Amino acid sequence: MTLAEGTQLVSFGVLTLTTIVAALGVVLLENIVYSAFLLGGVFISIAGMYLLLNADFVAAAQILVYVGAVNVLILFAIMLVNKREPLVPLKNAWIRQGLTALVCLGLFALLGTVAITTPWAVLTEAPVVGDTALRLGEHFFSDFLLPFELASVLLLIAMIGAIVLARREFIPDTNADDGDPNLIFRLPERPRDPVAPEPLEPVSK
Amino acid sequence: MLQLEYFLLLAAALFCIGIYGLITSRNAVRVLMSIELLLNAVNLNLMAFSNFLDADVKGQVFSVFVITIAAAEAAVGLAIVLAIYRNRDTIDMEQFNLLKW
Repeated sequence: MTLAEGTQLVSFGVLTLTTIVAALGVVLLENIVYSAFLLGGVFISIAGMYLLLNADFVAAAQILVYVGAVNVLILFAIMLVNKREPLVPLKNAWIRQGLTALVCLGLFALLGTVAITTPWAVLTEAPVVGDTALRLGEHFFSDFLLPFELASVLLLIAMIGAIVLARREFIPDTNADDGDPNLIFRLPERPRDPVAPEPLEPVSK
Repeated sequence: MLQLEYFLLLAAALFCIGIYGLITSRNAVRVLMSIELLLNAVNLNLMAFSNFLDADVKGQVFSVFVITIAAAEAAVGLAIVLAIYRNRDTIDMEQFNLLKW
């Protein structure tokens, strides 16, 4: 085993450990803020995996899009809906969790068996791809042009849809021209209810 | 030397953890996080196949598309969670039973 292979193997082991532990933390921890930050850890570990798989451009895109956008979006959602409600305990919740764990373990066994027993036609020598960003760009603008443009349209649709869904609803009978004469435009939205400041309490869970 | 099966096993484990979280979570935001875990597992599969089985980078192209769709899905999903939270004043998945008969 050469030094490069040993380094790859050790990196893979460390990244696997952080990925699995952080993913279990995302699912199992009580506090959802910890879950959100551990989700960022999962994304960064997966980006490291992409680097091990010779995909530098997608690793950078993963960091930018997932850690930079999706994780921040999730943190904002947690801050916007931070209702500290005690969840009503369900009857027989352990039956549901046990059954789900059983099904997931079975699914993992099935997928693992398929992954191990299938004779994959692995390339014998490593292909020389060169600049992956260049090759990705060639694909995007030649044989994947239609999906590429459709993805841009989908992003536009998702942006408009998210704004329409998350906007406060229209209140038509607010007379907008009552106060400030310098105010030339005001968004017609429902005024926020004043919130009494809560006394700070130590977070117990 | 790294094998294809290592990555496939890791992706399978991540997928199963995501499924478990998807079914057992009661916080709606945590459900969205589990969906992100699922998408990442699928992406890891695509990248592993692209590296080990294909001399080209087509798997990476698909992976970029999946990342795009995941970003759009996260935005719309969190907007839906916000809308439900405004209407029902809770984010407990057990109380979103409008369509249950």
